[in-house]
Amino acid sequence: MAIPVLTHTDRGLYCPAGDFHIDPWRPVDRALITHGHADHARPGHGAYLATHTALPVMRHRLGDITADGISFGETRRIGDATVSFHPAGHVPGSAQIRVEVAGEVWVVSGDYKTDRDALSEPFEPVSCHSFITECTFGLPVFKWPDPSHVAEEINAWWRTNAADGRIAVLGAYSLGKAQRLLAAVDAEIGPILTHGAVEATNRVMRGQGIPLPDTIPVTPDTNPKDHPGALVLAPPSALGTPWMRRFGPVSTGFASGWMGLRGVRRRRAADRGFVMSDHADWDGLNSAIRETGASRVFVTHGYTAIFRRWLEEQGYDAHVLETEFEGETLDAGEEDA
Amino acid sequence: MKRFAALFTALDQTTKTTAKVTALAEYFTDAPKPDRLWTIALLSGRRPKRTVTTTALREWAAERAGIPLWLFEESYPIVGDLAETIALVLPPPSATSDRSLTDWIGDIRALATADEPARKAAILAAWDALPTSERFVFNKLITGGFRMGVSRKLMTRALAKATGVDEPALAHRLMGDWTPDSTTFDDLIHTPDPTANLSRPYPFYLAYQLDDGPDVLGDPADWAAEFKWDGIRGQLIRRGGAHHLWSRGEDLMTDRFPELAAALDFLPDGTVLDGEVLAWTDNAPLPFAALQKRIGRKTVPKKLLAEAPVILQAYDLLEDGGTDIRERPFAHRRARLEALLAGIPQNAPFRASPLLPFDTWDALAETRATARAEGAEGVMLKRRDAPYRDGRKKGDWWKWKLDPLVIDAVMIYAQSGHGRRANLFTDFTFAVWSGNDLVPFTKAYSGLTDAEFREITAWVRKNTLERFGPVRRVTPEHVFEIAFEGIQASTRHKSGIALRFPRMSRWRHDKPVQEANTLSDLQAMLETYG
Ligand SMILES: [Zn+2]
Ligand SMILES: [Zn+2]
Repeated sequence: MAIPVLTHTDRGLYCPAGDFHIDPWRPVDRALITHGHADHARPGHGAYLATHTALPVMRHRLGDITADGISFGETRRIGDATVSFHPAGHVPGSAQIRVEVAGEVWVVSGDYKTDRDALSEPFEPVSCHSFITECTFGLPVFKWPDPSHVAEEINAWWRTNAADGRIAVLGAYSLGKAQRLLAAVDAEIGPILTHGAVEATNRVMRGQGIPLPDTIPVTPDTNPKDHPGALVLAPPSALGTPWMRRFGPVSTGFASGWMGLRGVRRRRAADRGFVMSDHADWDGLNSAIRETGASRVFVTHGYTAIFRRWLEEQGYDAHVLETEFEGETLDAGEEDA
Repeated sequence: MKRFAALFTALDQTTKTTAKVTALAEYFTDAPKPDRLWTIALLSGRRPKRTVTTTALREWAAERAGIPLWLFEESYPIVGDLAETIALVLPPPSATSDRSLTDWIGDIRALATADEPARKAAILAAWDALPTSERFVFNKLITGGFRMGVSRKLMTRALAKATGVDEPALAHRLMGDWTPDSTTFDDLIHTPDPTANLSRPYPFYLAYQLDDGPDVLGDPADWAAEFKWDGIRGQLIRRGGAHHLWSRGEDLMTDRFPELAAALDFLPDGTVLDGEVLAWTDNAPLPFAALQKRIGRKTVPKKLLAEAPVILQAYDLLEDGGTDIRERPFAHRRARLEALLAGIPQNAPFRASPLLPFDTWDALAETRATARAEGAEGVMLKRRDAPYRDGRKKGDWWKWKLDPLVIDAVMIYAQSGHGRRANLFTDFTFAVWSGNDLVPFTKAYSGLTDAEFREITAWVRKNTLERFGPVRRVTPEHVFEIAFEGIQASTRHKSGIALRFPRMSRWRHDKPVQEANTLSDLQAMLETYG
């Protein structure tokens, strides 16, 4: 049997034909990066390749890196491999990476979602022989409600708080989820304030021409009385910290796929949970896999053992790939997703 | 059902008591009266009898969802709730329904006499007519275990707000053995009961934890001390020819402890005692585990009554000869308590909690050190000249607990948590050395910070030796200090030992695995404290 297109090494996924890694978790010479989240785009690589849309945030996060941009759908020859990047719908610029060697095609999904949002390039299925897919929410209990319905819930919550003279603080990852929410909420309800981490990503995205509503960065001098009826967007790690005290009595909300589980909503210290994820739900995962036409599937982050067994019963040659990706975590202080 | 599901969601979405009371009070004002009655019934633990087995529900749900049963079963522990797992896996409904809570409960109860195919058809039709939140509530009605984050007290407050009937009167009306079949909302809520006053308890006075020792309390002569017993706080009321036993949560637990009906024989009418219900044999308390077997049972089998008989270890007298004496100093109440109990036979289930003599705080510290051997958790300090106060007024009663016991143990198995912690390893099994073997002796779930849970999770992923379903055997490498409140012999555990309230108190990064404690260390602790 020929050498596989991609192999699993202790540094991450490796393509021997092209001598590069995809989303490696330890320093390598040449890294192809699906998107800018911290568990996929790590520091210390010799050279980076990512989509033009994903690069500005990566440069912002990783500092002075040697990086090259690529357009969606553009093919590039690296050694004996041909690579191209295709929309993953996870966050703006996020890609699946297609690798072809001697007619054999593998696709690495990175993180993806099949629901549309206003900012991310919509997910596109890519035909392949082998598909390496995330399965953060690979259980049949995860089914996302219609995103526009969730946006209405968030608006209703914000409106009620504004009417009661309370600031609404919404926790969301500073890269991706926060901007998706910004684009989804009804900015007519009141001013939108942002935590520094969120605003930093906003600034980068505005700089690259992604349209976002106006926001007001929270500073040490911010007085909530100057911003009645405001919505504050902050990373989950800021919820419940002294940073929040300046706002007086608040109502807190948290937007995540995990909020689909009542137990999680209740244990989470937020007042409200909104079911919104940047990952595919059960139906999304299954349809995405089906549409690739792949016969072999490798599963990473999430309920890998369970999801693998399910795929095997559906007739796939299914395997678990142990990676160091984190999926959508709920832990304070985590910015991986 | 929409109205009830909306109430459920409203209660679920807030942790604030005032918001819960408001939502409930609105419901008790505008929901149909039969639904209000059923809601009171559900919130006070009066559930309809189960008419469908959970096994059948799981099978039907998996079949309807188009997933294999094993996948349903794997999902269930991650969600942590059967009714919710079912509600989530089912496809969206294709019909709608305006039936009320009472209608649905009627349907569920009618299934008792239906055959299996009819039951299945009825359940599938219901699932197909209800959106996820109502489906969840419907499943809860079948499976029971309704927890809506509403105590009986809170419900009573909301009912009082909605009906204008005062809280204590309502609390009493809601007790007893009514069912939604035997009464109506109006009869239950609005019919006064002339005996209500007779059973009414006094608010419990609560003690605070003494963190830095008793030196701050001043002159030892101003204080009385007793052991702090590890039982259930109870107020025993003997009035009007009847007796009532109230828990601190103001639950009536008279029927659970039939032994205490001896109050009718041995205590004069117009007596109220405050004390601790303890399982008790041979003049000594049994471990809390014995009492625990009694707690969940509304009627007590004879065998259990013989194995774990209870007494009331009284430490205060609140009503004496029909007079409220709470304003009198502790020393006076205590003297009256002793006089009252002096005359009753040794084998009656009432006993005064002995006072501990001491001249200095050091002397009391020495007595406190013996608490475990006495089956106690530490000592209580009560100011001799203080009245019996309401609630949590700080300063007159203090609990001075023993420090927990600790042992250094090796982590050998890890299991991932539920819900929000499903991606983290949070449940661990610990072992101690027996020669060259590691003998598992306890599990522990709590005590680490989120950051530590993440760190150990990353480590477990890379150091798994074997998998058994959700459990992973890991390299024995990490030592944790396990703190616990008590230790008992156990035939159910391989180590022969069971711990009370074990938790991870410290991650001993400093300790090599060879230096963890041994089984003989544990056995010595059992000898001393068991
Ligand atoms: Zn990821
Ligand atoms: Zn991501």
